[in-house]
Amino acid sequence: MQETGRNVVVRTVDLVKQYGEGEAAVRALNGVSCEIYQGEYLSIMGPSGSGKSTLFNMVGGLDKPTEGSVYVNSVDIAQLTPRELAFLRCHTIGYIFQTFNLITVRTALENVTLPMLFAGVSPDESDERGIKLLELVGLGHRCHHRPTELSGGQQQRVAIARSLANNPSIVLADEPTGNLDLKTGQEIIDLLRQLNTERGVTIISATHDHKMLDVSDRIFHIRDGQLAKVDVRQENESLAHVVAAE
Amino acid sequence: MNQTEFKNVDPPFWVAWNQALASIRVRFFRHAITSIGIALGIAFFASIQTLRLAPQTGPSDSGDADRLIWLVGTSLVMCLVGVTNSMLMSVTERYREIGTIKCLGASDGFIVKVFFLEAAVLGAIGSFVGSMLGASLLGALYHVSLPSIGFVILTATGVGIAMTVLAAIVPAIQAAKMPAAAALRVDV
Repeated sequence: MQETGRNVVVRTVDLVKQYGEGEAAVRALNGVSCEIYQGEYLSIMGPSGSGKSTLFNMVGGLDKPTEGSVYVNSVDIAQLTPRELAFLRCHTIGYIFQTFNLITVRTALENVTLPMLFAGVSPDESDERGIKLLELVGLGHRCHHRPTELSGGQQQRVAIARSLANNPSIVLADEPTGNLDLKTGQEIIDLLRQLNTERGVTIISATHDHKMLDVSDRIFHIRDGQLAKVDVRQENESLAHVVAAE
Repeated sequence: MNQTEFKNVDPPFWVAWNQALASIRVRFFRHAITSIGIALGIAFFASIQTLRLAPQTGPSDSGDADRLIWLVGTSLVMCLVGVTNSMLMSVTERYREIGTIKCLGASDGFIVKVFFLEAAVLGAIGSFVGSMLGASLLGALYHVSLPSIGFVILTATGVGIAMTVLAAIVPAIQAAKMPAAAALRVDV
């Protein structure tokens, strides 16, 4: 899978994140260097307190490192002003949350078009694109429903459509199946994988869900603030299973 | 590898306006209580102002006038602190929503704008109702002329809006400083 010429979309160099000062200082991340490739489906795994969330936030431009650097699309995010960071979050990164985080009093369509309005897209164009995105996630008939009128799975689909609003190169998914039952969770995973293959969007997720790990191209295991292991899923793994079963 | 180019694009004004109205709608009860607080404070302000314009019963000596100004000032400050407090609570409550719209690309300025607009709407409704109550009640009691009552209602509403927007400064800054990562927090 890993061809040498692959585009790197996120790169971290000796990433250190320290919380607190002096004696009480805690190093959540202690020298993590990694590369995330364009178009891959990556899962970040690790027990709570391992630094998994910290790495996830850092890669997503949600937090700045104490030492080292994070490059998103070869831009060092530590150098960005708050306004540039907002711009990066608007255009380059899409976010999916465990708790869906739709704006409650807005309709599904308004939720999807909000990031487009932040990007300066005209209302007409954003409505048109928003409807297409909702159709893409199978909710074309639910455009004008409020989140409270939608099931958990449907809300997460709206959130996925919203994360794709400005054609980001990266979608960050924080435990996207954490608040869903098994079947709905599987549907969401299938949808993410489908979008990953069809649109070539890089998906980075923090997860415990084994169904999620099964479809990942690579899995980062984080232990004690360090990148302990990288699993690379073989493309013909399912075949290998069949062979092994025989 | 494409270098990201940063242009400064701010969403049109109505996006912030819709967001502010939506926030008021979703927390209607809390906002209603804040509004009533503003209305009471401004009702007091308006009634004192009306009293000063009343033909005979106006304060005769300057000592009375000073005391009235002191009273009105205190009531306005109390009102201001009350509004600040309730808006600060609403910032704490809304961490996830604020974090989420920051993740979606809202700038700090946008968030400040939303909070100021919210405050202005609350201030306008609360102080208009309050000044109507205060001015018309005392105006009728003390036979103050209609134009004077109108004048008091206008000034009191203006003072009320200014006060509420002033009260929103600290909460708005607090909201703008909210880290985008707050959106990921899960409280059970």
